[in-house]
Amino acid sequence: MMNLSPIDWLIMAVYFAFVLGIGFVLKRQTRTSTDFFEAGKSIPAWVCGLAFISANLGAQEVIGMAASGAKYGMATSQFYWLGAIPAMVFVGLFMMPFYYGSKARSVPEYLRLRFDEKTRGLNAISFACMTVLSSGVSMYAMAKLIQTLHLFDGLFMALGIPLSWVFFVSISLSALIVLGYIFFGGLTSAIYNEVLQFFLIVAGFFPLVWLGLKDVGGWQGLKSSLDSKMVHTWVGMANPATNSLGVEWFGMAMGLGFVLSFGYWCTDFLVVQRAMAADSMTSARRTPLIAAIPKMFFPFLVIMPGLIAIAPNAGRIMPTTAQVSQQQNPTLVPYKLMPDGQVKINEQTHQPELDYDLVIPTLLLHYFPPGMLGLGLTALLASFMSGMAGNVTAFNTVWTYDIYQAYINKKASDEHYLWMGRMATVFGIALSMGAAYMATAFNNIMDLLQLVFAFVNAPLFATFLLGMFWRRTTGHGAFFGLVSGTLAAAFHHGVTLGGDKGGWLVHNVLHTYPSEMAQNFWTAIYAWVTCFVVTVAISLFTTPRPEDELKGLVYSLTERPQEDHLTFWQRPATLAVIVLLMAVALNLYFY
Amino acid sequence: MDIRTPIGLMFLVKGVILAGYGAYSNASPIYDRSLGMNVNLYWGFLLIAFGISMLALARRSLVNTPET
Repeated sequence: MMNLSPIDWLIMAVYFAFVLGIGFVLKRQTRTSTDFFEAGKSIPAWVCGLAFISANLGAQEVIGMAASGAKYGMATSQFYWLGAIPAMVFVGLFMMPFYYGSKARSVPEYLRLRFDEKTRGLNAISFACMTVLSSGVSMYAMAKLIQTLHLFDGLFMALGIPLSWVFFVSISLSALIVLGYIFFGGLTSAIYNEVLQFFLIVAGFFPLVWLGLKDVGGWQGLKSSLDSKMVHTWVGMANPATNSLGVEWFGMAMGLGFVLSFGYWCTDFLVVQRAMAADSMTSARRTPLIAAIPKMFFPFLVIMPGLIAIAPNAGRIMPTTAQVSQQQNPTLVPYKLMPDGQVKINEQTHQPELDYDLVIPTLLLHYFPPGMLGLGLTALLASFMSGMAGNVTAFNTVWTYDIYQAYINKKASDEHYLWMGRMATVFGIALSMGAAYMATAFNNIMDLLQLVFAFVNAPLFATFLLGMFWRRTTGHGAFFGLVSGTLAAAFHHGVTLGGDKGGWLVHNVLHTYPSEMAQNFWTAIYAWVTCFVVTVAISLFTTPRPEDELKGLVYSLTERPQEDHLTFWQRPATLAVIVLLMAVALNLYFY
Repeated sequence: MDIRTPIGLMFLVKGVILAGYGAYSNASPIYDRSLGMNVNLYWGFLLIAFGISMLALARRSLVNTPET
């Protein structure tokens, strides 16, 4: 049970006042659809850069990465150093010239300019569904967490509202706040709030990690008290049996470091939209590079809490106050509770199960006094909000430009599209609320949908790579490549087993992976290769578009961005080299 | 609107609240959990410093850019 003091409420209230205030002030500046959907293409690079990583730093990231930190240890930072930085450098240096330089206003629209209508339609519709779903999942996770922590219970009892309303009120409040600031200020408002949230996350989690590390004797103390598997990123990667992730280096490098990471950071409109709002081509290219610098240090903010929570000497100052049943628990990770309040016992091991998703809230409660606790919770709530807002802004743009304008109403006035964007914000959020409720009732459906989207996303980067760097690629090739890549992913998942997942297509599976993660990585690799091969093959048999139509869309037919006016250190390439060297240094230190 | 203005203001307000509360509750047993350290006070001061520097940066760029 979490008892919040008035000071904690006050600190949270200050944040919400500023969030809504920003939307309100920006309302007057939002006059055209370009203002609303593209932030007027006027945002400086550092603001875009911080929004770029904040939009990705939603609930799943903060809660999930700390949980993985507690489960798998330092190896989780592979998702940052290998699974994000190289792709962020690539999108900034090589792909941004096409996104920003072409007349495209969204990633699906680039696909239409480069290929054809059907490829855009496929991407736009699947992307729109996915954003609604993820913002719903984010909402659900937040409401669930508020419920589990009994965050609002005191307040509700004081006001005489039944506690069964907590879930509904949490969902509606978050929906209303996100609606409030996006409806008025559009993308600019979302970006500004994401930057605010970035600083809040640092302000809330840095002291947490600092206190936690001090408690366990610093990084050296952690290293000596934990199993060596947990404190290394690369040691033991040669064999799935000798590392905590249960993967081997090739599957990880290709599956995570190449296919999944490039597929997300280079093609997902949620993040790319932030860079496309930049005030110039150079700013747009710098956006992901600037973002990469804080990104590579995030493991210290989001993964380290997981490690601190499992350290045997953490929490010796006082017993944890989170739950009564914690007394026998040697770590700070609370036991998983069943709806009746009993500790959940694993059926195979007969040991109590740990609720890794509660790592961050438990640590906040453990180390922070009233006051700082409010700040920490604000940071957590802010991350939920911006994850949601990022999806909503990506949704309203893709809906308006790539679905509504493309198929429903082609020639309306700019005012009409601005109005449609605001309406799309309203029903996008309403659909997300629906998705959040669906998650409470049918958890399996949500898992299934997320799996389907993973299949849809896996081959995407092959299409973009071929489209941008091979002028011979045709629309038919791209479309059927994508479809067959998705089918290959589903097929591979259906005939193999990883953990207890997959194998739904055949009675005797063809291959069993050492872990679910290894299976996911290889599913992505198969999807990518299939999409690549099919796209090339079909492109060779179909007629390519004339070259003068592809100027600004394909690497060999596009002029290099002019950088002569920039000094050596201002050029994106210089920044890219610095970013890569820093990432290598981090890998070497935490090998 | 320069984004640094609301960021600076928000952290200034939060810093003042935290540091004020920290000064008021100094040496209280609530700081046992933060290893005996008055984190409200120290972190509050840091947030104030951050907020002021953000505001100063926003102001400087406002002075340097001519009215449009």
